[in-house]
Amino acid sequence: MKPSKPYRVFRTSALVVVVFALMAPLLWMIAASFKTNVDIYDTAKAFVFSPSLKNYETVLQQANYLEFIGNSLWVAFAATTLSLLLGVPAAYSMSRFSMKKSALVVLMARVIPGVSLLVPWYYVFSNLKMVGGFTVLILSHMFVSLPLIVYIMMGYFDGLPAELEEAALVDGLTHIGAFRRITLPLSVPGVATAGILSFIFSWNNFMFALVLSGSDTKTLPVAIFDFVGYASIDWGGLMAAATVVTLPIMLIALFVQKYVVSGLTAGATKG
Amino acid sequence: MSRWANEHRKWLFAAPAMAFVAVLIIFPVAWTGYLSLTDAEGSVRAESEFIGFQNYLDVLTDTDRFWPAVWRTVLFTGVVLLFEVVLGMAIALLLWRPFRGEKWVRVAILLPLVATPVAVGMMWRLIFDPNIGMANQLLGWIGIGPQPWLAGQHSALPTTMFIDIWQWTPMVVLILLAGLTSLSDEPQEAARIDGASSWQRFRHVTLPLLMPTVIVAILLRGIDALKTFDILYATKGRGGGSFHEVETLNVYAYGLSFDYNDYGVSSTVLIIFFLIIIGVMWALTYRKKGLGR
Repeated sequence: MKPSKPYRVFRTSALVVVVFALMAPLLWMIAASFKTNVDIYDTAKAFVFSPSLKNYETVLQQANYLEFIGNSLWVAFAATTLSLLLGVPAAYSMSRFSMKKSALVVLMARVIPGVSLLVPWYYVFSNLKMVGGFTVLILSHMFVSLPLIVYIMMGYFDGLPAELEEAALVDGLTHIGAFRRITLPLSVPGVATAGILSFIFSWNNFMFALVLSGSDTKTLPVAIFDFVGYASIDWGGLMAAATVVTLPIMLIALFVQKYVVSGLTAGATKG
Repeated sequence: MSRWANEHRKWLFAAPAMAFVAVLIIFPVAWTGYLSLTDAEGSVRAESEFIGFQNYLDVLTDTDRFWPAVWRTVLFTGVVLLFEVVLGMAIALLLWRPFRGEKWVRVAILLPLVATPVAVGMMWRLIFDPNIGMANQLLGWIGIGPQPWLAGQHSALPTTMFIDIWQWTPMVVLILLAGLTSLSDEPQEAARIDGASSWQRFRHVTLPLLMPTVIVAILLRGIDALKTFDILYATKGRGGGSFHEVETLNVYAYGLSFDYNDYGVSSTVLIIFFLIIIGVMWALTYRKKGLGR
């Protein structure tokens, strides 16, 4: 069906509005990160200003952001890897043996408000002298990643025909061998989707890191608040910090768009 | 060993993940339930006394902080869901059929979704700043006076809703678009041949077929909207602002726990919040059986 001309004109203008509404604020943030605070306060320089790298100098040199970037990378990477190790086999089992109730246990983690877990976690982990360390931060982020990975991978395994494994069994492989040598290699795109989504959600996670990280393990979303003082805000520095936090994750998402979209919509259309 | 592993692979594969989540959930929830029956406060290690359902009585009769927080949570979730679903549906329909430049629109839709929520909060905080923000400059150009936005006692909550809608409408678009593309064209064609207008085709053919996907979108977004924290904390800070103007249940419970260390009361609020979420989940999944997965 080819749409009519008036509709095409309407659609084009509507989409221009949508794209503008979604992109303009992000571009405004990036623009502000290149302005001095004097320029940010000067409405005459809203669009025309001489870009300065001073804010990025503040963020990367004085505010210790290189260290925080390292922390965020490490926590997101470790939480994702460990969650994949636990989650992929679990999802396989839950998909092949239709373990609906067991899957529900894992997916509960998506539903429960994080605060209700934080007080007890904080209590136990501070008694174990682990608060402020990486281990507890990685564990808490795994709590976010694991249900996501199980959810995505269950859908993926549901779509892989069991006949492939049965054929491998006939050829003399064990069940676990068939999983390792046939199913797993076939599910690489699914694992990539789950891994990327888990990385993004862990990178963006704020509440768990706010409570459980220490000065040496602070992640980027928590570090942003260093630019918000009680009396005043260093707007230029804040926008540079916000850009440093968001830009890497947006670039990753752009390069692997297909995976991000399929992960975000996983299970949505099965009805 | 390997034979044993093969026979028991079902649980061998599933148990570690389940155990991990269960340990991190069951103990904390049970402990929160216990704390809600005590007067624990100060330090998590301090002695506390069992006081039965006193906290529940106090919380449920608290019209100062608790009920306003419940009301804000309901309002916030209801309003953002309404806007996100309606706008999301409209945008998804616009994107349904192929067109030139599709790739760019998809990029624009993906970016807010992956952007870090606290950074998004900070970004809008600058745009909505009453004195130097772009929002008021734009209003000025079309002759409308400056608005307080996040700084106003009554405008703060709607403004945070706006930010949530900006960030998460794309999520609904993606889900609905996936649903739309999986629909077969035949019912559409049949309705067209029968002479149905495009609105009639949407209302009586597309929408009913898409309903399961719409419910998934509402469910996923609804759970997260009820628990919104990052944007509220980034824009208004502790306690949801000086007049608690954006204090939802989640923000209230966080403040009670980590700003005031009032563990007994905060646990009570959390148990009630928890029951509300389970209730909403149940009501929605009841409509659509087997949605647990």
